[in-house]
Amino acid sequence: MKFELLGSRPIWQQLSEQLRQRIVTGVYPAGSHFPTVRELAAEAGVNPNTMQRAMAQLEADGLVNTNRTSGRTVTEDDEVLRSMRRTLAAERTRVYYNDMKALGFTRRETAEIARKEGEENDD
Amino acid sequence: MTTELVKCTALTRDFGPVKALQGVDLTLEPGKIVGLLGPNGSGKTTLLKILNGLLQPTSGQVLICGKTPGTESKSLISYLPDRGYFPDWMRVGDMVELFADFYADFDRVKAAEMCRALGLEDDLGIKTLSKGTREKMQLMLVMSRKARLYLLDEPIAGVDPAAREFIMQTILTNYNEEGTVLISTHLLSDIEQVLDEAVFLQQGKIVLHESVDSIRERTGESVDALFREMFRFQAF
Repeated sequence: MKFELLGSRPIWQQLSEQLRQRIVTGVYPAGSHFPTVRELAAEAGVNPNTMQRAMAQLEADGLVNTNRTSGRTVTEDDEVLRSMRRTLAAERTRVYYNDMKALGFTRRETAEIARKEGEENDD
Repeated sequence: MTTELVKCTALTRDFGPVKALQGVDLTLEPGKIVGLLGPNGSGKTTLLKILNGLLQPTSGQVLICGKTPGTESKSLISYLPDRGYFPDWMRVGDMVELFADFYADFDRVKAAEMCRALGLEDDLGIKTLSKGTREKMQLMLVMSRKARLYLLDEPIAGVDPAAREFIMQTILTNYNEEGTVLISTHLLSDIEQVLDEAVFLQQGKIVLHESVDSIRERTGESVDALFREMFRFQAF
């Protein structure tokens, strides 16, 4: 998974979102060592100061813990991870509803379509 | 000890009737990567040359780490001019020797690493290098120093997009935390994401000095898009 940065939004926000995604999808497993700011900045091709700001957001969200001596680790708190997953799910669902609204579907129709799709492609 | 690495106050520079800089006030802190952005002829190179001590301002003051540019500031500043100045008969290895000899802060290990990564062999004659490869070599030399201030005048203009990415990586991984990098360019989309701050220069005046993320937050567009908007030519 590569970092993808778009033009119009602050870079640090996009970075922190994508790092958050990596954490909840287990690219960086719970309790594991988190890469350093410089490593991540080099990977994303961004300024270390910008990456630092993205990292501060992850720390504020409780997804990453900073240890004075051993660097950063991904949180092992299941509740934090679960609640972040729910937040992301809600965000995406909102985007979905907005897109469907633009296509002219009511919320009820949208929910119905989602349910049907979900049943047909049940895995 | 002041935390201001660069401080320009009411800086002007005339070339005969041409007013290249008209009252520039600019303060730069350490540890930043700053883009010096502006259309052709807006005064970018003039400003860099004054910071570097190659040109004297017509009026106003420049301080580098609290001192006026001179012999001492040259040891703090690593400068990449907007054109090559290497004699054709030299080889890449000769240039490394020359720099190592000349600058106490030159890091041979770093230079060797960069040469390897950039495919610059010691025995390559400068005469045989393409324009882009010369630029890469020049950048390698400049970034091998452990300077306080890196002044890079159009470091990516002549190289292909893949090499540009590599050069940006080179700058990112090789500048030191107390050092500040001032990069002049008009190829904004390529370097936007590595910048902390953007300084917009127009007709010798600073019209904007803001952090890149704050520009994006405020305007909802990229610095590149803002630049194009601000400096768009009127159709005729």
